[in-house]
Amino acid sequence: MVNVCHQESAEAAWEAAAAVPDPEVPCVTVADLGILRWVRLEDGVAVAGVTPTYSGCPATLAIEFAVEQALREAGFEARVERVMSPPWTTDWITAEGREKLRDYGIAPPVESGGKATLFGAPTVACPRCGSTDTERLSEFGSTPCKAHYRCKACAEPFDYFKCL
Amino acid sequence: MALFEALLELADDHLVLGHRLSEWCGHAPMLEEDLALPNMALDLIGTSRTLYTYAGEVEGAGRDEDALAYLRDEMEYRNCLLVERPNGDFAQTMLRQLYFAAFMEPYWKAALESPDETVRGIAGKAVKEMAYHIRHAGEWVIRLGDGTEESARRMQEAVEELHRYTDELFHSSAAARGVDALPDRAAIRPEWDRVIGEIFAEARLEIPQVPFPQQGGREMQHGEALGHMLAEMQVTHRAHPGAVW
Repeated sequence: MVNVCHQESAEAAWEAAAAVPDPEVPCVTVADLGILRWVRLEDGVAVAGVTPTYSGCPATLAIEFAVEQALREAGFEARVERVMSPPWTTDWITAEGREKLRDYGIAPPVESGGKATLFGAPTVACPRCGSTDTERLSEFGSTPCKAHYRCKACAEPFDYFKCL
Repeated sequence: MALFEALLELADDHLVLGHRLSEWCGHAPMLEEDLALPNMALDLIGTSRTLYTYAGEVEGAGRDEDALAYLRDEMEYRNCLLVERPNGDFAQTMLRQLYFAAFMEPYWKAALESPDETVRGIAGKAVKEMAYHIRHAGEWVIRLGDGTEESARRMQEAVEELHRYTDELFHSSAAARGVDALPDRAAIRPEWDRVIGEIFAEARLEIPQVPFPQQGGREMQHGEALGHMLAEMQVTHRAHPGAVW
């Protein structure tokens, strides 16, 4: 058990959980993505609130296991709760998270969630050369959260983190 | 228990259609579609899981998502007949998808105003996913309907085959009616008619007259197709009761 005061151990628990990388996009952490909602100490147990990105995201369970494991390794008894409300949107991704996605070669979401029109497609800048002369190859990419694009300026194909 | 029954109707629709889409995995006509169809299947199955989990809590009999998905027989499933129809060709799959998504998107939008917090949470996620599904299926229905002679013929055949099943989307069984937490299915009809009408006009498809709409799934009377599908979906779980990852 940790022998520090409540406040400090709550912070330590947050830091341990927040550092867990996303299993499918390991350049960002669960805190960068905004899917770690909170960590509380309840009767000495660190309880983390985690929210799924997409309804069918296969990584949800892996993320919950990884957060629980990280809290245990930091010396806490741990439990994870799945938080459904309010629902996650791409607006929860932090500015730092967006920067990390771009550096990794994934175009971050460009518009606020919920604005997608029936047949409109957003203008996405290439994460490598910055050109907006890009085209959508497929709305469904390598994971449920990504679409597949190609840059017509530098010819690189790239993933786009879809707006939700 | 009307809420339990109504949640099962929703969950069964999502699981059955999700499983049907997953049958395309490895068989789609091009790589992009081979990714897109299982992607959408994941959305649908993921939504069904949260609905089953909530239904199990509402029922209070200790059944979890697995018990509700894998341990009920065909005669206990409450999905509408549309979602259990076999995949047929790509035109039929895309049309079935469009019919369903064009219903669910306004349905979830209405559910955002539900007095039930869990329903609002599920709706908030699903409504945006369904917008993608309408767009994807709508683009294909337009491309095929307004395409070559062959594609137009097959798309119109799909309409003749499937349109008779759409009426049931707007019905609940007697056991599932009058639930405050969920939107009224019948009220979704004008928006569904509008979206389908717009897409059909662009796809140059005709909406057929349906003198005798097909229904019965909500009352747990299914076509032959569902039993075969469930047998394949449930066999592993039933062969290894209680197995976990």
